[in-house]
Amino acid sequence: MVTRTNARRNPALNSRPNPVVAFVVAFFGNFIVQRFLLFLLTIWVAATVIFMLPRLTGQDPVKEKLLLEAQRGGSVQAGMNEMAKEYSARLGLDLPLHVQYVNYLSDLSRLQFGYSIAYFPRTVNEIIADSIIWSLGLMTVTLSLAFVLGTGAGALLGWSRSPGWLSYAFMPLLTLSAIPQYMLGLVLMFIFAIILNLLPFFGAYSPGNLPEWSLSFVLDMLKHAILPALSILFSAVGFWAIGMRGMMINTQGEDFMVQADAKGLNGARIFVRYAIRNALLPQVTGLAISFGTLLTGAVLVEVLFQYPGLGNTLFYAIRVSDFFQITGIVMTIIISLSLATMVIDLVYPLIDPRVKYSQN
Amino acid sequence: MARAAGTRNLTMGTRIRLARRRWGIFFQERIEPIFLYGRRNPSLIVGLAMLGALLFFTVIGILVYGQTEPHLAGRAQQSRLDAYVSSGAPVQDKRLPPSWCTWCEDIVEREPDERPSLFQYPMGTDTQSRDLFATNLRGIPLTLGTGLIAGLLSVGIGTVTAFIAAYYRGVPDVLIRLLTDVGISIPGLLILIIIRIQLGTELVWWQLGAGLAAVGWVFSSRTVRSQVLVLREQPYVEIARQSGMSGLAIIFREMMPNLIPYITASFVGSVAGSILASIGLEALGLGDFSSPSLGMTVYWVIQFGAITLGMWWWWLFPLVFIVIIFVSLFLISAGLDEWSNPRLRRQA
Amino acid sequence: MVTTEQDARPDVASNADDYALRVEGLKVYYGTPRGLVKAVDDVSFNLRPGERFALVGESGSGKSTLAMAIMRLTREPGHIAGGHIYLGDRDLVEMEEKEIRSIRLSEMALVPQGAMNSLNPVMRVGDQIIDGIMDHVPPGEGTPNRTQLNTRIHDLLVRVGLDPTVSRLHPHELSGGMKQRVAMAIAISLNPHIIVADEPTSALDVVVQRQIMQTLGRLQEGLDAAVLLVGHDMGLVAQFADTIGVMYAGKLVEVGSVPDVFKDPKHPYTKLLIQSLPSFDISRQFVGIPGMQPALLNLPPGCAFNPRCPSVHERCFREVPEYLNLDVGRGVACHLFDEEAAN
Ligand SMILES: Nc1ncnc2c1ncn2[C@@H]1O[C@H](COP(=O)(O)OP(=O)(O)OP(=O)(O)O)[C@@H](O)[C@H]1O
Ligand code: SF4
Ligand SMILES: [Mg+2]
Repeated sequence: MVTRTNARRNPALNSRPNPVVAFVVAFFGNFIVQRFLLFLLTIWVAATVIFMLPRLTGQDPVKEKLLLEAQRGGSVQAGMNEMAKEYSARLGLDLPLHVQYVNYLSDLSRLQFGYSIAYFPRTVNEIIADSIIWSLGLMTVTLSLAFVLGTGAGALLGWSRSPGWLSYAFMPLLTLSAIPQYMLGLVLMFIFAIILNLLPFFGAYSPGNLPEWSLSFVLDMLKHAILPALSILFSAVGFWAIGMRGMMINTQGEDFMVQADAKGLNGARIFVRYAIRNALLPQVTGLAISFGTLLTGAVLVEVLFQYPGLGNTLFYAIRVSDFFQITGIVMTIIISLSLATMVIDLVYPLIDPRVKYSQN
Repeated sequence: MARAAGTRNLTMGTRIRLARRRWGIFFQERIEPIFLYGRRNPSLIVGLAMLGALLFFTVIGILVYGQTEPHLAGRAQQSRLDAYVSSGAPVQDKRLPPSWCTWCEDIVEREPDERPSLFQYPMGTDTQSRDLFATNLRGIPLTLGTGLIAGLLSVGIGTVTAFIAAYYRGVPDVLIRLLTDVGISIPGLLILIIIRIQLGTELVWWQLGAGLAAVGWVFSSRTVRSQVLVLREQPYVEIARQSGMSGLAIIFREMMPNLIPYITASFVGSVAGSILASIGLEALGLGDFSSPSLGMTVYWVIQFGAITLGMWWWWLFPLVFIVIIFVSLFLISAGLDEWSNPRLRRQA
Repeated sequence: MVTTEQDARPDVASNADDYALRVEGLKVYYGTPRGLVKAVDDVSFNLRPGERFALVGESGSGKSTLAMAIMRLTREPGHIAGGHIYLGDRDLVEMEEKEIRSIRLSEMALVPQGAMNSLNPVMRVGDQIIDGIMDHVPPGEGTPNRTQLNTRIHDLLVRVGLDPTVSRLHPHELSGGMKQRVAMAIAISLNPHIIVADEPTSALDVVVQRQIMQTLGRLQEGLDAAVLLVGHDMGLVAQFADTIGVMYAGKLVEVGSVPDVFKDPKHPYTKLLIQSLPSFDISRQFVGIPGMQPALLNLPPGCAFNPRCPSVHERCFREVPEYLNLDVGRGVACHLFDEEAAN
């Protein structure tokens, strides 16, 4: 972007098109490159904010916490002193700011989040690796299912030729979409786990069961996932359905929909190829924007059901003020989220011909 | 002047007739359209009515409850409204179901004659024998207040940055656009978690609101900026610019009226988003522990396992209030959408 | 020049079947919160096969409403409140949705307004031409294969004056004029008997407007289809049409052949319209008529034109003038003439 402005201002560059400049212009003008730079920028900004905050206050709660843990003594805490020293040497407030910053960024670029304070000598990476599988499993399944179901429901709800009784589904869906996921979780937990006593209400598998690839374990696991998954699903289905309904109503007001009717196309074709196909576009853009909100909601559902994913781990890290773990988990979530939204943005031109990769 | 002199000579009857006509016109032009519009836009009306009812309930509750004598001995209470002050909790009022619920079984064994009167604990008590009715009455304004502060600040910052970006174009625009693009893709809740953890102190309701605005303004900025960009190209703005109107005058006289629907919608959206995030933050244990806000109640509910204890009244009432808040805000924002985008009206 | 030739007009159409389309007493109302808007009120006219019928009138007089009602495309809050639209001996107003779908495009096609985004933005032009053809394959026949379809697309695009490679483009890659040509290609893809064109050239520049009208004329001759053209621009319309119908406030107030209407306009409103045109060759929008068209919600009692009419007299405030047939294909709705007829 910057390069192009320079090229325009500088007559020397304009008169003799330099192949290097032309390449640089083309490179940075490229949609994929721009999107990737935005991805890096996002992570860098997030990391910098996280780095700067404690330094602004001038206190070093991390060091205090480390020393506090070290004072408790005991076999595990023996290494805590070392850790406190290393922290001070690399990231502590005693060092010049830029040195701390460079060290911090270099750790981050290798995705090294350091040791956990609470579970020392385990590293944050190990802890994240243990829990991220559960989160990924729960969230990818529920969030993608919710998108499909919600969009489908919204398409039918917003379609003027849908049967009239369908409109009764609008109010419940609206309410579902307005209830935070964890509140819905409370209700589901109460109904299915406490009153009906049908489903387990905490953990990812029964205590005493060890993770293994046996049928009974998988069934047990699925049983444990039902309630958290439903809490996320219901609320997210409502969210997508309401959005899609609005887009469908908007789309039906478009001139090309009148024209599709005037062409005497059959109803199914108009519904799918004209209405849904166009209403889906803003829905996909919305996917990128709403991902964060949906994901943080899902994090809280994990806490409610003590589901051993990232969210629950974050909750326990917060309770014991395990700064490295908190930072590590937050950065992991931010990176995965940015990655997901980048993928969506990159896929988008494939479904909307008006957006091109090679656009300025 | 002449007209004023003229009216002075009029008879009383004529004056009344004139006034009636003036008010009639006022009614026809100002009031009637609102009702007519309300019929076309039921979501806006229903949403406003729900929110109004909740506020009414809270205000009346606070007024009435604020007059009552504290009935728990040994607590530093002015009235029953101060049930959240938790020092010296007497044991016998623990875990009471709502006292009107005559069919509810007590969780803690007690003598039959100790049963409180019918309206002593309209929403029961928690494990620390706090009056949950008082807790909720206090919590609703706290939670709404957090959202309001966050919403006002977000929209304020968002609108100003949007105008700076759209009006000055060039470098400020690029910077603000990048900042909003980045800000939107980072979940504000996570950044707030870090802020809160690093600050090490509990945030009271308005500080929480300010924190939420610090991460939430990007959404308003984006909405408003895209609208300003559309408006900027409108012929009447161009005419105003060429006739030498100043930038501020253009913004406030020409653009603002057209932006109001979008700014209002963005405000409602950011209030709802902020309340959602604040409850999330509090449920994670990052709220103000001395505050009875709805989110803190959710936190205690999870902490004490109210669900497994069978204390449905502990979570059901705050849940209902939270749902009312979100549904009403959603309806209002849907209604505002219809206002700014009449096409949606067709199927309202 | 006016293209109408006296001998090109068939003589008295004695039989109902001689008309391509007969509109009888059509009423289209919009239910609005402020009341019922009678956008088309008791309109009758006939369309002969191959006739070019132009509908003119001020903005808001109900032209589009009428055109859409003929395609049975009236949308909420509008509804057809009465009347008949006969296509041959079938009444479109009574017809099932399924049947009307099969008639659209194959028997009557719509050319949309030029400025409109009437093409699906996410489909290639070629696919948008095909899907109409595909959905109108008669039950007995097999669906045409890809090569046959490609030849048809090629042929249609060439007929509307476009390069055949356009079929692979998306609508946003076309200019306004090109989009309008694509819309025409779609409209003629099944050789309809009737083409309804609602301001097909609005928002296009003057040169393109003429080209589009010429193309429409050529296509019409090729198909020998009847065209119902809705237009603002009396000059442009006059060069294209055989017959002209003037609408005012939801009513058809005058119908006649273009030379008749221009030589001897009957209705005071038509007279004013023609006076406001400086000459035939310069196209003009309606600007020069004093007063405003009344809001359809509260029309004045009697003749809706009475506040602006130079020949207004007492009866005009009491009675709504009936539409009066003066001759075959010639009629007017004004008290000046029913009095004459009565005398
Ligand atoms: N969806 C609608 N709801 C309510 N009233 C409508 C609607 N569509 C049109 N009308 C009313 O019907 C009348 C006729 O509208 P129509 O679009 O047919 O006019 P027109 O002659 O085509 O005008 P133009 O030349 O501007 O296209 C107008 O007065 C308009 O106010
Ligand atoms: S009926 Fe009367 S008012 Fe209406 S056009 Fe004729 S003369 Fe004029
Ligand atoms: Mg029109």
